[in-house]
Amino acid sequence: MLEIIDVSRRFGDFVALDKVSLHIEAGEFFTLLGPSGCGKTTLLRLIAGFDQADNGEILLDGKSLTALTPEQRPVHTVFQSYALFPHMTVAENIAFPLRMAKKAKPVIDAMVREILEDVRLPDKANHYPDELSGGQKQRIAIARALVNRPRLLLLDEPLSALDAKLREQMQIELINLQKEIGITFVYVTHDQGEALALSHRIAVMNKGEISQIDEPSVLYSCPDNRFVADFIGQCNLLDATVVATGEKNLRIAIKGLGELDVCTNPEIEFLAGDNCALTLRPEKIRLAAQLVADDNEVLFSGQVHDMLYLGDVTVYIIELANGVLIEAMLANDAPGRTRLFDTGDAVQIAWRTDAGHLVR
Amino acid sequence: MSTFFTAALNRAERLSRILLSLPPGLYLLLFFAVPSLMMLFASFRFSGEYGGLAPWYYIDDGGITLDLTLENWQRLFETDIYLSLLIKSLAYALVTTLICVLMAYPIALMIARSQKRYRDLLLLLVILPFWSNFLVRIYAWMIIFSPQGALTAALNAVTSSFGLEPISLMFSSTAVIVCLVYVHLPFMILPLYANLEKHDHRLLDAAQDLGANRFQCFWLITWPLSLPGIYAGAVLVFIPSLGIFAIPDLLGGTDGIMIGNVIKQQFVESRDWPFGSVLSLVLTAITLVLVLVAAKLGSPAGENNGKK
Repeated sequence: MLEIIDVSRRFGDFVALDKVSLHIEAGEFFTLLGPSGCGKTTLLRLIAGFDQADNGEILLDGKSLTALTPEQRPVHTVFQSYALFPHMTVAENIAFPLRMAKKAKPVIDAMVREILEDVRLPDKANHYPDELSGGQKQRIAIARALVNRPRLLLLDEPLSALDAKLREQMQIELINLQKEIGITFVYVTHDQGEALALSHRIAVMNKGEISQIDEPSVLYSCPDNRFVADFIGQCNLLDATVVATGEKNLRIAIKGLGELDVCTNPEIEFLAGDNCALTLRPEKIRLAAQLVADDNEVLFSGQVHDMLYLGDVTVYIIELANGVLIEAMLANDAPGRTRLFDTGDAVQIAWRTDAGHLVR
Repeated sequence: MSTFFTAALNRAERLSRILLSLPPGLYLLLFFAVPSLMMLFASFRFSGEYGGLAPWYYIDDGGITLDLTLENWQRLFETDIYLSLLIKSLAYALVTTLICVLMAYPIALMIARSQKRYRDLLLLLVILPFWSNFLVRIYAWMIIFSPQGALTAALNAVTSSFGLEPISLMFSSTAVIVCLVYVHLPFMILPLYANLEKHDHRLLDAAQDLGANRFQCFWLITWPLSLPGIYAGAVLVFIPSLGIFAIPDLLGGTDGIMIGNVIKQQFVESRDWPFGSVLSLVLTAITLVLVLVAAKLGSPAGENNGKK
C-alpha cells in the first residue's frame, strides 16, 4: 500500500536517509524504530510531505506522492507535541480536518461525536486543550488525525510525553483502536519496548539505513546484525572468529573464553576464519552456584561482578575468565528471593548451543 | 494537609498578593488617581483672572461661600465643536490603528519567521527611529510634505500629466494620519512580534497536515492566536494617537486639528484650566474604557482560548 523506493535525504554533509526502501501493507501497524538521528522522523516527514526526498519515490496505492503538498495527501499525522489548536475546543479541533474537507455541518457533528466515543472522551467536546490531561490531549490528537479516515496515519513518538503507567494504557488503546478502525499506522519511536508491544512489523533504522525489517518476535530472537541485537532488548555481544563450520553447529573462538559450539544461522553463511559476534539474551543463560551442563550446553565459571535489582528480575553481571563480562538474568519469582548471590560470589553459567544467535 | 496549615497558607498567600500589588497600586494612586481627582475638582471651578484657577471659596460676612460651577461641563455639551472634534480624533486614532495593524502584521510576521540571528538586527531597525528626537522626526516629515519636497513634487508631476490640479499634502488630515502611523508603527510591531514569535510552528504543520492550505493556516491558526498581540498593540497605538497634539500642531493646519490640540490650547493659550480639565477628563474616561475592553480581550485567558 505504501511503497518507499530508494529514498535518500541529505542535509548538507549529513546523510539522514540513504537509499531506504520498504513496503507497508494495508491495515498494518508498522513501526520505524531507531536511536535519535537515525532518520526515522525524516522518513515520516517525507511521507507526510513536510520535506522532499533528494532521490527516490514514495508511492501510496501505486501513485506517487511527490507532487502533492501535505494538505493534499490522504495522510494525517499525530505529532509528538500533540499540536492541538489552543484557541479551539476539543470538538473544533477534531472538526478541523472535516471542515477542510468541506463536509456538511451535520455530518461533521456526527463524525466528531462518534470519534469522541471511540477515544472514550465524549464529555470533553467543549473543553479547551489546556483543560485536558496529557493522556486526554493524546487521545484528542489521535481522534483529530483519524476522524477524516486517512489512508495512512503517521504517529511521531506520540506517547513519549506520558508517564510509564499511562503509556502502557495508551499502548493497549492504540492497538485496539487500530484493530477497530483498520487504518494503516506508521509509528515512529526510539523506545524498543513500545515498538515490540505495538507493531505487526518493525523497521529498525540506524544512521539513515534500515538494519532489519521483521516481526517483533523475529527481531528479538533472530537479529540480523549487531546493531539490532544490541538495540532491541538487553543482549550480550561477544566478538568471535569462526574456527570450523559444520552441518548443524559452528565452532567459534571467543576472545578470552576459548572455543565453543553454536547453532548455525540459516540466514548467514559463515566460513572458517570469518569474524562474527555471538548474541546472547540474558534470560537464556542459566545461572547457579554449581551447574551440570548437559550435552548441548556450554558451561563457564566466574564470579558476580555487579547486580541490578529490577523488582521482577535481578540482572547479574558475571565476570568470567580473562575479564569477559556476561549479563545473566534470574526471575525473582519465589517470595523474598531477591538476592540469590552477592557481589564476589563464585557462580557458574551455562547456555545451550542454540540459545545464542550468530551475526556478522 | 491540616485545615490549620491550609488556612495559614491561604493567609500568607493573600498577604503576599497584597504586598506585591502595593508598588503598582501606589504608583497608580500617586500619578493617576490623585491627578485625576485634582482635574475633576478643577473642572468645577472658575478660571483665574490671569490663568490658573480662581479660589474655590471666599469668605464674606455671611461666612464661607463655595464658588463652584457646572458651566464648564455645560459648555462641553452645548457646543457641538468639542464633541465633534472628539469624534474626529477617535476616528483619526482608529484609522491610525487599523493602518498600523495592516502595516505591522507582515513586518512582525517576517521578523518572527526569519532566522534567529537576523531577528535582533531587524528589531533594532524597527526601533532605530527612536534614537532621534520625536520633534526632529516630525520636522523631517514637514520637509517631505512641503510643496517643494520631493514627494509632493513627484506626486504632482504624475497627477499633472493626467491634467489634475497640483495638490498640497502639507497641513492636511492626510499628513497627520501618515505621521501618526509613522510614529506609532513600532508600538504595533513590537507586541505583535512578541506574540507571533511565541507561536508553535508545529500548529501550522498540523493544520497543513489536516488539509489546510496556506491561507487557511493563516486565517484559522495564526490570526486568531495573534489577536492578544493585536489588542496590546492597538492600545499602545490608539491611546497616544487619541491624545496627541504635536503632530496636528505641526502638520495638521486647521484641517487636521485634534482634541489634544484643544486641550493644550485651553491650558496654554486660552488659560482656561477648568474647561481644559473637562476635556481632559472626557478623554481620560474614553481611554480608560477602551483599555479595559482591550485588557479583557487580551487577557491571559483570551490568549489561551482565543475567544471568550
